[in-house]
Amino acid sequence: MIVSVASGKGGTGKTTVAVNLALALEDSVLVDFLDCDVEEPNAHLFLHPVLETSESASESVTLPVPVIDESKCSGCGICAEVCAFHAILSFGNRAITFPELCHGCGGCARFCPEGAITEAAREIGVVEAGWVGAPAAGVPRPAAEAGAVRGIGFIHGRVNIGTALAPPVVKAVRSKAAPANGVVIIDSPPGTSCPVVASVKGSDYCILVTEPTPFGLNDLMLAVDMVRELGIPFGVVINRAGLGDDKVAAFCRQENIPVLLEIPFDRRFAASYARGGQLVRDFPELGDALRGLWRQIRAAAGPLPEEEETLR
Amino acid sequence: MRIAVTAQGADLDSAMDPRFGRCRNFVIVDSDSDKFEAFSNESVMASGGAGTQSAQFLVNKGVDAVVTGNVGPNAARALEAAGIKVYVATSGTVRDALQAYKEGRLSPVSGATVDSHHGMGRR
Repeated sequence: MIVSVASGKGGTGKTTVAVNLALALEDSVLVDFLDCDVEEPNAHLFLHPVLETSESASESVTLPVPVIDESKCSGCGICAEVCAFHAILSFGNRAITFPELCHGCGGCARFCPEGAITEAAREIGVVEAGWVGAPAAGVPRPAAEAGAVRGIGFIHGRVNIGTALAPPVVKAVRSKAAPANGVVIIDSPPGTSCPVVASVKGSDYCILVTEPTPFGLNDLMLAVDMVRELGIPFGVVINRAGLGDDKVAAFCRQENIPVLLEIPFDRRFAASYARGGQLVRDFPELGDALRGLWRQIRAAAGPLPEEEETLR
Repeated sequence: MRIAVTAQGADLDSAMDPRFGRCRNFVIVDSDSDKFEAFSNESVMASGGAGTQSAQFLVNKGVDAVVTGNVGPNAARALEAAGIKVYVATSGTVRDALQAYKEGRLSPVSGATVDSHHGMGRR
């Protein structure tokens, strides 16, 4: 089962909810954690994974960008016409490329009547994998999954600095989601744009984290529109409950959106977070609350028979 | 010579638009006859590639030189590759810019004058 944690507004507590949900469930369910916020991944600061160093565990994410054979180019201009991102221009009898604008769709190479365009790989980011709390960090994945004890499988991506193209890196992280008989928890980027859709799409349930403020409500409404469009069952976690007003709760009632959990606005939580602490360790009652949230999600998403053995 | 001036309006008395890729309009003037045509710029709201799209547009219109306020790195590279000379004028109308160009008071620049996305989010 894939559970994504998203929010319209940034800074509402997506990472807090995702990280602590993973920690609350790890004793009863196989958990993989995917940090899809590839522009500023931060879940590792709280989970402290040991990242594997083998080549298979760290991989480069590349895009195919055009390379022009000037001796074949007739200057017809078709490549420039088909490029939606203006990453290739045609003048006279030559064409020039702007790889940093290219989204790697391959249209120019496909439509070039002279066969003058080939594609070369441009690295835009990396995906790294590892383990949280595994007894023998560095144990290859299949062996650890077969074993009786495994920690949380951890995967995150990082888009290269200066590259404004996150979705391919998000998709590369998503492609690593492994356990068929466990839960994959996805920490999504904030907002409702392409990187968020790439993170959330295909998940079985989406947790929208918000805060009870006018900004929280406005951006929650945008996020609700997005998950409805994607057809994903969802519920809301209200973080910093007690701050602001009750308009988020009223909106959820009016729209029949389940409020899965309210996390109180508490200075001690903020202090724990600021230290890089794990809230479920510092405040065990929050672990119980998150396991309750998980039961609600499971009920809403329908039965997954292969998990019933392990879920308690 | 066909000279393009980035402009906020669509005629010779319009104020110049200091942005290249995201200017409101291109006013393209034939320097011999002083006849002009104005084109609204399709890439004003583009999320990226505004400079390259605008450069391609000027190439397709057979422009020899452009007078504008700023050009970003992609636009500068594209215009240079296309052989379109870039002149910088900071204020005034399209007519003023043309006059300054004809009197040789503008000198061509090479390379970018600002960073990428400089012209975003301004009107």
